[in-house]
Amino acid sequence: MKAPDFDYCRPGTLAEALSLLAGADGEAQPLAGGQSLMPMMNFRVAAPEILVDLAGIPELRGIARQGDMLRIGAMTTYRELQDDPALQAVPLIAMALPHIAHDAVRNRGTIGGSLALADAAAEMPALMMTLNAVIELAGPDGPREVPATEFFLGYYETACEPDELLVAVRVPVAQPGEVFGFHELVQRHGDYAMAGVAIRATGVAPIAGLAVGFFGVSDRALRVPAFEEALTGTDGSEAAIAAALPKLDAIEFEGDTKISAETRRHYAGVALKRALKEMLA
Amino acid sequence: MTGPATIFDRPNTYIGKPEPRADAARLLQGRGRYVDDLNLPRMVHAAFVRSPHAHARIRAIDVTEARAAPGVLAVYTGADIAAEVTPYVGTLTHMAGLRSAPQYPLAVDVARWQGEPLVMVVARSRAQAEDACDLIDADLEELEAVCDQETALSPDSPLIHEEFGSNLAWERLVEAGDVDTAFAAPGVTVVERTFRFGRHTGVTLESRGTVCDYDPSENQLTMYYSGQAPHMMQVILSKHLGLPEEDVRVISNDVGGSFGIKIHTYGDEIAAAVAARMLRRPVKFIADRMESFMTDIHARDHVVTARIGVTAEGNIVGIDMDDLTGIGPFSMYPRTSAIECNQVLNLTGAPYALQNYRARGRVVFQNKMLMCQYRAVGHPIAMAVADGLLEEAGRAIGMDPVALRKKNLMADDSYPRQSASGMKLDDLSHQKAITKLTEIMDYDALRTDQAEARKRGVYRGIGLVSMVEVTNPSPMFYGIGGAPIASQDGATARLDAGGALHVASSITEQGQGTNAILAQIAAGVFGVPIDRVRVTTGDTRNVPYGGGTWASRGAGIGGEAMLQAAHALRDQVLEVAGTLLQTTPEALDIRDGNVVDAGTGAERMTLADLARTVYYRGNELPSDTKPELIATRHYRVTDFPFVFTNGAMAAHVEVDIETGFVKVLHFWAVEDCGRVINPMLVDEQVRGGVVQGIGGALYEECLYSPEGQLLNTTMADYIVPMAAEMPDITVAHIETPSKTSVLGAKGAGEAGTGGAPAAILNAVNDALSPLGASLWQMPMTPQRVLTALSEG
Repeated sequence: MKAPDFDYCRPGTLAEALSLLAGADGEAQPLAGGQSLMPMMNFRVAAPEILVDLAGIPELRGIARQGDMLRIGAMTTYRELQDDPALQAVPLIAMALPHIAHDAVRNRGTIGGSLALADAAAEMPALMMTLNAVIELAGPDGPREVPATEFFLGYYETACEPDELLVAVRVPVAQPGEVFGFHELVQRHGDYAMAGVAIRATGVAPIAGLAVGFFGVSDRALRVPAFEEALTGTDGSEAAIAAALPKLDAIEFEGDTKISAETRRHYAGVALKRALKEMLA
Repeated sequence: MTGPATIFDRPNTYIGKPEPRADAARLLQGRGRYVDDLNLPRMVHAAFVRSPHAHARIRAIDVTEARAAPGVLAVYTGADIAAEVTPYVGTLTHMAGLRSAPQYPLAVDVARWQGEPLVMVVARSRAQAEDACDLIDADLEELEAVCDQETALSPDSPLIHEEFGSNLAWERLVEAGDVDTAFAAPGVTVVERTFRFGRHTGVTLESRGTVCDYDPSENQLTMYYSGQAPHMMQVILSKHLGLPEEDVRVISNDVGGSFGIKIHTYGDEIAAAVAARMLRRPVKFIADRMESFMTDIHARDHVVTARIGVTAEGNIVGIDMDDLTGIGPFSMYPRTSAIECNQVLNLTGAPYALQNYRARGRVVFQNKMLMCQYRAVGHPIAMAVADGLLEEAGRAIGMDPVALRKKNLMADDSYPRQSASGMKLDDLSHQKAITKLTEIMDYDALRTDQAEARKRGVYRGIGLVSMVEVTNPSPMFYGIGGAPIASQDGATARLDAGGALHVASSITEQGQGTNAILAQIAAGVFGVPIDRVRVTTGDTRNVPYGGGTWASRGAGIGGEAMLQAAHALRDQVLEVAGTLLQTTPEALDIRDGNVVDAGTGAERMTLADLARTVYYRGNELPSDTKPELIATRHYRVTDFPFVFTNGAMAAHVEVDIETGFVKVLHFWAVEDCGRVINPMLVDEQVRGGVVQGIGGALYEECLYSPEGQLLNTTMADYIVPMAAEMPDITVAHIETPSKTSVLGAKGAGEAGTGGAPAAILNAVNDALSPLGASLWQMPMTPQRVLTALSEG
């Protein structure tokens, strides 16, 4: 399990990185924390000709409060985020971080790397969708922004073009009265979720301003507007949840070696119920 | 057995003490010497192209481009390697009727499992070798694969070896008493269940690996080997590469876990030796994790249909079982793949006083990775079948499973005796073990808690197992059938000029603390502080001849040899001391590195003084004194084919009936491994075994598609137990020393792995029983639990 040969660059600026990507004709791959890319290269599933290491680019680092938003640089590691006092303003991420892999991965894995990879079972994309975060991209034509809800397109597929880089994500900080829930079903702590859910609501009795992000259920993290509407205005009781669950028909649940698609659908409902129960308690 | 009676109460004995392992600091500081740490001058690296199909005819293989690739020294096809070795066949004469076909290191005409090596590339780096592998064009004609053992014997199944006319490798029937009449008797309740045991594998932290170094000037092949049986490998290399045994040296330095994975003949490792001889330079092959999942031996893979008959009073009248197990396309060389099935037949119901027993075992070929001996060979199947049926029978007649066991377990004063399957049993303590188990787990309180929890909609279960464990095998295990595997072990003890004790043993260390217990035994029996002992194992040129460490034989066999050698050296040293001190040896003793007066303990001379006198100033000795400061002894088990141990275990679980997740709340193990040499090491061995057993019961399975494609080859897809999910494991001991040796130690290494799956199975079914559901398939995954609940 050794990666095929590749060229390695370590640009010092964002502009330099972008020009390397632009000049590579789609054969370059940005390297963030390497927690997914390096195993994929060693398995020879990924074989980029040029690896553009983003570790030396100051513009991609740092966590900063900007008014009602928390701006998280793409190269911020889970560990840095977990240790940053500013994270208290975004309690949903704080709730989720201990569930993301293990310390060894959190020490190196980055927020931007996870978002750009768009693994369907990863927590970070669903969190960003639930929080209505904004993803900042930079490319040869300058910067642009994409709402997280429009960023994830399918298996390892995002709105980020091959010559673009994910620079940062801006996350709205919690407003007074906002509540959050998070639950994932895993056989072992730190595993990829067999189904997971992140919840945000601006009010609870009745439920208002509801956002529910699912992960580990289909080909991408996703929200189901009809489901959110069906639960909004209810008391979040088991009966209300049962009435809303058929709206999850919009999701193409997938089976794998561990569970069937049907069980995964069931799990999504269980995770939702448990997250909501804890949130409303 | 006669022998030194006082060794266990000598003032400086270490036997029975929780001595820390001497090598722990070295390993924890990263100074271990594993095969991959070795870098020899001019060393090159091997990688393999492996069959992508479960069954395929090789039409042609084009290696032209690969031969020209950067860094490549050689590319060998199956035929190239076959020309350099003789084929091997995994049969033994005492496994009557067992058949298997000749096997070469690399597939020659037909590939018979996905992952079977087809081509070997040797290059200056592993990366270059893998690059060249990508350039090889193998033209393969995919053949229909035989994957499901339940259809492998049907007349319309494709055949893996045409010449056999069927896919049956071996069959055995054991019959005692008359099961049919017993089951038909009035008042007998018969319970039948079909058990399925998935395939799993060892997942050693250090993967398989070897560095093979051939020196043409001496015709000497040295194999650095991550393995458990160096002398066995020496014979295999000698025989199949056509080298004199003395020209093959096998060295096992640190080994990062083995669990039975590393006692077999793997084609990629043999090919590395062949390449080293052809290239006349060292060749390294280290299996990567994907190769480990695909090509380390797999274990289990049984479908067992079994019945138990029990009277209303709870007397078990008999067990009838039929085991069908798939072993892959060959029987593994040289230990064979029939041993596991054989053990299942030998061990099922062995703790119980059964009059009537019938067991049929069939071993079939299939196009999957080879199945062979892994930790607790056959035990988890035998224990889960017998004790799963027992608890189900208890539910059927309304009898508590502890009471049912106590009624049927062999009495502790009834030995020696035989099991229904004909095993000779002695020195067991089943009744004591289950009594102690129910005490330490507070069985009655758990039952009360269970009833309370159920009222709250919480489903907890308690499951038990009474078990026997095969340890300390005699020559009847392998040697009798012609396997080149020593059943005896040797130990040498040598007093050095500085008063230190150097010992060497033919048993091996693979992380469990073998070297630590050898030092404990040697230090205590001879009489030096343990920090004056140095241990050498794992080198065919420098240790006595012996079998290595497997089948829980290290402590019981190797440990006894060490005891005898240390004791012999003590006698030799005291004889010299008697001469030097002008007294009789009987008046003297060795304590704490000194020769002392046996009565008063007063120091007469240090061992260093004695040794220096012998080594440097022999002129001070009478000329007719011929001191020997080295002693070697060997030991084998006689009179018994195995030394059985016993134990009892219990699991407390909670089943989340909404998700099917099983949480193990606590686990208890009572083990009788005879004399405990190091309680700390024994407890950790038992705990490690329990965790591996929980893995088999809840998590681990090699999943194949119907076409024979292995679906999970990463640590993310094949899940092993991890610390966060593991319960506290309480370990307690009963010590009934084996009468077969002075040391009295039996094995402890496999107890947990053998017993835990049955306890977990029973606990889960106990939790599910109020819902009318039960599950008889391992691993008991969330999906399977949910399916059982939906069918309940």
